Amino acid sequence: MKWDPRIEEMPAEQLAELQYKRMKTLVYRLYSFSDFYHRRMKENRVHPDDIRSLDDVTKLPFMYKSDLRDNYPDKIFTASQDELVRYHVSSGTTGKPTVVGYTQNDLELWTTSLARGLTACGLGRGDVMQVSYGYGLFTGGLGLHYGAERIGATVVPTSVGNTERQIELMQDLRVTAIACTPSYMVHMGEVAEKMGVSIEKDTNLKTAVLGAEPWSEQMRTHIQNEMGIRAYNIFGTSEISGPMFCDCAEQNGIHIWGDMAYTEIIDPETGEQLQPGEKGELVMTILQKEALPMIRYRIGDITSLDTSLCACGRTHPRIDRLQGRVDDMLIIRGINVFPSQVEHALLGIPEVSGHFMIIVDKKGALDEMLVQVEMNPGAFSDKVQDIMEIRTKVSHILRNSLNISVGVELAAPGTLPRFEGKAKRVIDRRLN
Amino acid sequence: METDDYIIKQISVFSENKPGRLAAIAKALQDEKINIFAFSIAEAKGFGVVRLLVDKPEPALKKLADIGFMVSFTDVIAVRMKDEPGGLFDIAKILGESEINIEYSYAYSGKEAAVLILRVDRIKEAIEKMTGRGADLLKAEMFL
Amino acid sequence: MFWDKEMETLGGRALEDLQVKRLRQTIRQAENVPFFKDLLKEKSVSAEDINKIQDVSRLPFTTKKDLQKGYPFGFMAVPKKEIVRIHTTSGTTGKPTVVGYTRNDLDNWSELIARNLTMVGLTDEDTFQNAVNYGLFTGGLGFHYGAEKVGMTVIPSGTGNTKRQIEMIDDFGVTAVHCTPSYAMHLAEVAEEMGTTLDTFKTGLFGAEPWSDNTRRTLEQKLGVTAFDSYGMSEMYGPGAAFECPERNGLHFWHDSFLIEIIDPETEEILGPGECGELVVTPLVKEAMPLIRYRTGDITCILDDECPCGRGPRIARITGRSDDMLVIRGINVFPSQIEHVLRTLPEVGDQFMVYVDRINHLDEMAIDIEIKKEFFSGELKDLERIQKKIIHALRDTLNLRTKVNLVEHESLPRFEGKAKRVVDRRGDVI
Repeated sequence: MKWDPRIEEMPAEQLAELQYKRMKTLVYRLYSFSDFYHRRMKENRVHPDDIRSLDDVTKLPFMYKSDLRDNYPDKIFTASQDELVRYHVSSGTTGKPTVVGYTQNDLELWTTSLARGLTACGLGRGDVMQVSYGYGLFTGGLGLHYGAERIGATVVPTSVGNTERQIELMQDLRVTAIACTPSYMVHMGEVAEKMGVSIEKDTNLKTAVLGAEPWSEQMRTHIQNEMGIRAYNIFGTSEISGPMFCDCAEQNGIHIWGDMAYTEIIDPETGEQLQPGEKGELVMTILQKEALPMIRYRIGDITSLDTSLCACGRTHPRIDRLQGRVDDMLIIRGINVFPSQVEHALLGIPEVSGHFMIIVDKKGALDEMLVQVEMNPGAFSDKVQDIMEIRTKVSHILRNSLNISVGVELAAPGTLPRFEGKAKRVIDRRLN
Repeated sequence: METDDYIIKQISVFSENKPGRLAAIAKALQDEKINIFAFSIAEAKGFGVVRLLVDKPEPALKKLADIGFMVSFTDVIAVRMKDEPGGLFDIAKILGESEINIEYSYAYSGKEAAVLILRVDRIKEAIEKMTGRGADLLKAEMFL
Repeated sequence: MFWDKEMETLGGRALEDLQVKRLRQTIRQAENVPFFKDLLKEKSVSAEDINKIQDVSRLPFTTKKDLQKGYPFGFMAVPKKEIVRIHTTSGTTGKPTVVGYTRNDLDNWSELIARNLTMVGLTDEDTFQNAVNYGLFTGGLGFHYGAEKVGMTVIPSGTGNTKRQIEMIDDFGVTAVHCTPSYAMHLAEVAEEMGTTLDTFKTGLFGAEPWSDNTRRTLEQKLGVTAFDSYGMSEMYGPGAAFECPERNGLHFWHDSFLIEIIDPETEEILGPGECGELVVTPLVKEAMPLIRYRTGDITCILDDECPCGRGPRIARITGRSDDMLVIRGINVFPSQIEHVLRTLPEVGDQFMVYVDRINHLDEMAIDIEIKKEFFSGELKDLERIQKKIIHALRDTLNLRTKVNLVEHESLPRFEGKAKRVVDRRGDVI
């Protein structure tokens, strides 16, 4: 089944032509109406007239996450207040989050993209979809919610947490599809087992749309076999709207709708464009985004591009599942965490010092992040309660700034490693 | 050697963190003419556990239970330390090298020696290791 | 300002005709539900018996307990593929109450919220922080869809992380906020601590728990907003069934969508305008889950004077409950639910007491529990584990964080006859 066969099966040349036309319009629009892009293009001595084919896109400058931070909150936006209908907020590299604004059309495109993707996963009106991504400022919950609603599925907006209740609802409401992180899916399976519930035998679940964190083909096989379901991979970051693209029934790469996005893979060091099949950093231009336009945005994920025709008949290029990051960003339970955020948060707490370590591990199926930080000698008390309160305070502040709960261990002054040169404060013990 | 001979019954008493609770425990034991060798209090949010080593554990437990306290026995070991520098180190070293974790401990200084009371994760192994290396463990019968 | 002037000001004969027509339709829709079919048959009443609006009194009542018995889909009146959304709300035991929506239901619901937002002067120029829970709770998605319909800029901030919320208010120039009144008090305090005056704020929409005019004055002064009261419950879509207009003298019910009555909760006798009793609501256009004379449990009265704004009859602000339901941080909690959870935990002894307090303007529920003696191992960490387990179980069913105090044996009151294990120490309303 295809949501929009005319677009999804559009011949490659025609698609490229459409991309070029939209790219050209975008570049002209932003050169004319966006101070940020005008300046950026001027600095790089490129004019919209220099873009005469899709190959000329390499002449355009990149856009970085730091550009969003430097223009916090909305200085890059190209929509007025009455056109904006939504804000989402995601991790920034320091204290301020990354803010993404949406016009009605932006929401419409995002939802359409997901409607195509969910249909490609075999979902439709008869399905009951449990959305177990976080709702609110995080794009996962509302994104999948709107997508599932568009295809006419029954949406159960469970959001995250309360796993036992989620499993009860899955059974009671005869849920057929779920959207969550792959590790939460595995966790659900484990909790279900403890409750004496077999996802395969005791529920109607048959489809899972999993994303927001990297996972492997082995994990897919494991989930599919253990639970008797089909597990699909979904990709997207809040900067490009949210979770937006997913694989089809072939499970052979994530279709990036070419009419919406122009995809490049580059060498993260040199910025050179790489060939299909070569591994490098994902760079995306979202062709019709209105509120927060993105030209050649450096996503930071490592993958490769496949432009061959998919067996499903969709002509749009695919990317491989994500293979890692070019920076030190961590993904903990689907939430992006930068070590610099942790540092920034700890610096604001007088009871602790700036010496810290981040230890990431798996507890069962779920990620666990532990922050060890040295106490300042002045904060020591002989009452255990006082020290526990400091720990609670630190974990509270970290939770507020990272949006995930992390474990905190207070260490004695002088006991954590010191670094000369570049600090290696992250120990990631998860197997990939 | 019977390791069981060295397993001492500590009384653990559930107590709310509020004035008068320790006095109530102490009063009950006084009424029964029970002598307290050592005690400590572990604190949590709103409640705690009072830990006691007494000369008559069974009657003490019964008395505290009778007046409504929630009580239980916990197995601990007690070891005499040389009352001089390095006394604690000798003992802690044995356990550390055997990778036996001390969950909590408290001490009292008696007439002839200082005594360290230990709650460890693997009690029998701890007794074997300690007696094997010449530590002076107190027998449970001393507390009967 | 009006969103749908014709419907909002419909009155007299025209309104009554519409209500009768829609009530008949609702009865026919309800007959798709075996529970209603049997009940209506038993009372030998059908849609054809409704000729004037007073005939509603011939219909039987529906209660929360009835809904509980239908768990999960027993009250759905449409085929499952027509249902596009599920919400759940507190039940009286371990299982929640399930509410289903068709696409038309969602549209109607957001229309009503769009009316409310427009009525209080909000437009597509406004930036709206929706500081209530998203997900299964109707407050979040309900207002979200309504605000989106109006074209406002929606910040789906959810609850919690108050400092971040205040930063967003300042950084994004938020003009309107929706939250519980007690969370608004908390926002005001944290903003004060942070030294910000929230200059862009102008409108506060507060609901999901009862609040007083004193609180209104405090909030208006501290937050620099005009504060409006919002009323609704999941059984009537969610919030937004009734709302204050700029006169702020009672809440306008949307009479084209809901037929309201006030009854004496004891005798079930219908009371006249100005007489206080239990609010009974028959939603008039619901498709997925029609209800007939649903007993809300909320105490109010219909105000009998006309509002200068031109809209239909208002109800007074909710003053209490006819049952023992508690509203804690905007979440409905039945003492029977708490009891149900605690009784399923083997460690929990027969005695427990639940205390509800308001600390720094936020509701806190604390439960004193005597654990069973056989579960006392003597180890502090086992006690802490039990404490955590209880907190976890309560959170899972009530969706509420509670404080659990383990107390000594025989320190809690023993009851002869009916036990009063829940003590609400918050005073009347905030």
